[in-house]
Amino acid sequence: MAEFFVSLDPKIAEQLQYLIDNVPFAIWETFYSTVLATLFAYLIGLPLGVLLVVGEKDGVLPLPKALMSVLNVVVNLLRSVPFLILMVVVFPLSRVLVGTSIGTKATIVPLFIAAFPFVARLVESSIREMDRGVIEAAQAMGCSPFQIITKVILPECVPSLLTGFATAFVTILSYGAMSGAIGGGGLGAMALNRGYTRHQNVVLWGAVILLVILVQIFQTIGTRLAVGMDRRLSDKGGKKRGRKAAMKKASNERRIGGSM
Amino acid sequence: MIELKHISKVFPTADGEFQALTDVDLTIPTGDIFGIVGMSGAGKSTLVRCINLLERPTSGQVLIDGLLDESGQAVDLCALPPAQLRQARRGISMIFQQFNLLMQRTCLDNICFPMEIAGVSKAKARERARELLETVGLPDKADAYPAQLSGGQKQRIAIARALASDPKILLCDEATSALDPTTTRAILRLIQDINRRLGITVVVITHEMAVVEEICTHVAILEHGRLVETGAVETVFSNPQTEAGRRLVYPEGVQIDRLPPAGVVRVAFNGGSSYEPLIASLAIDCGVKVNILGADTRNVNGQAFGTMLLGLPEDQTEAAKAMSYLKAQKDVTVEEVHDYHG
Repeated sequence: MAEFFVSLDPKIAEQLQYLIDNVPFAIWETFYSTVLATLFAYLIGLPLGVLLVVGEKDGVLPLPKALMSVLNVVVNLLRSVPFLILMVVVFPLSRVLVGTSIGTKATIVPLFIAAFPFVARLVESSIREMDRGVIEAAQAMGCSPFQIITKVILPECVPSLLTGFATAFVTILSYGAMSGAIGGGGLGAMALNRGYTRHQNVVLWGAVILLVILVQIFQTIGTRLAVGMDRRLSDKGGKKRGRKAAMKKASNERRIGGSM
Repeated sequence: MIELKHISKVFPTADGEFQALTDVDLTIPTGDIFGIVGMSGAGKSTLVRCINLLERPTSGQVLIDGLLDESGQAVDLCALPPAQLRQARRGISMIFQQFNLLMQRTCLDNICFPMEIAGVSKAKARERARELLETVGLPDKADAYPAQLSGGQKQRIAIARALASDPKILLCDEATSALDPTTTRAILRLIQDINRRLGITVVVITHEMAVVEEICTHVAILEHGRLVETGAVETVFSNPQTEAGRRLVYPEGVQIDRLPPAGVVRVAFNGGSSYEPLIASLAIDCGVKVNILGADTRNVNGQAFGTMLLGLPEDQTEAAKAMSYLKAQKDVTVEEVHDYHG
């Protein structure tokens, strides 16, 4: 290895050495900020997405029209603010929530704020796809609205929600890459601060390739999980075709849901 | 007993209001298998959804047998607060054309669902669910998922699920319309069997007359949201009193497009006599030749019923002769048809 480095241009060798020394920690930073931001985004986004559907006039749990309008406006508003601006705007909030407005920890706050409305819309579209007949059957059996949500809507939507989860995770990961702009860490910051600003192309492309690989891994796991859990595709004869169709559908959804 | 009193339902639509049901009065006796028939869009599904308030009637009352207030008065379902309505709904099960099973749950867990909602312990619910699987003839499908079943099997699971809450009433909304004729027959047998053994009142919504003939004891005919005819299946089917009834019962019977003759009569056979050579006898005994414009005979609950549309000769005396001959026959009713349009 050392000999290989010696034979290279010393500039490139230096960059490679930098990558080897810093990549593990950068991956860790990218990973944990993405996981935490996704987690918090679902904590708010999942119930919000459910409300956006069940709270409608002919929904399971009709809510006041004014409240529904407010929810929709808030979601649309947050989704329309560019992420770079959002990161700067929420500085004060970051200081309150995590004690600092710079660094990897601080990027979790804007990531969460950008992601929860996106997650809410993903959850909303998953639930809207559901067959209304099943909800009607549950109502006829005497289910309360809460029982319909927890025992019918959410369990029946699990495969679609998982597909959405993979989309959200990957999107949040790629947004997190921008956090280098406010002193956050991770692969994105490495590519931006070290690679781009200092013209170190090896670092730049090394970090980007790693990001691509990470996205591939998580997306594949998510789609596999979603298809594997889906009991609508479990019959022997239709298995292969069903799976293929579901994969195709999942990848379509990924494309549609591509940006927050 | 289910009593629907002055039920009306209006849907607001983009271009004004749509009156789906107009002043429907209907009494369904306990233990009956009651058919509600009509063309598509007649309001059948809306009407049956008014019984368990999946659709809330715009006006009118829904009285369900056994649902009484403290003073022993029948309670209007529409007046119940949400929690009590949910409780009441557990006594009124429903099955659907598209089965509406939970696709992510096994068959056994689907059947357990209504009991889970009602707070029955898991062990008890599973035991009961296995009994019900036995009842509907699918004991080996406990761990299968609905996607692995055929349509008929799915409907059997849906029926088992419907029975899990020990209902007094079973509403069937086009329950056999997505099934082939053989499977339909088997599902109808099952419903009839359940009705006889458990005494559950069954309300059947269908556009298929064959379904009504097969299992119903009473029938109501809906047209454009109005109840136009109701009575015992034998009575209504052998001799429908309204144009809507005739169209439904004998869809083929009035489509012959030849010959708008001077007088048209409808001859109804009220059991037993539909295979006697009436027209041949008429020709031989009176020497009058009549024209058969349309005929339809059916086997309803083991008895033969049918109607025939006859075009009488233009000659007045011959026509009168034929009329009196026909009227003299027993088990036959004759009436003149004035609204015959070929």
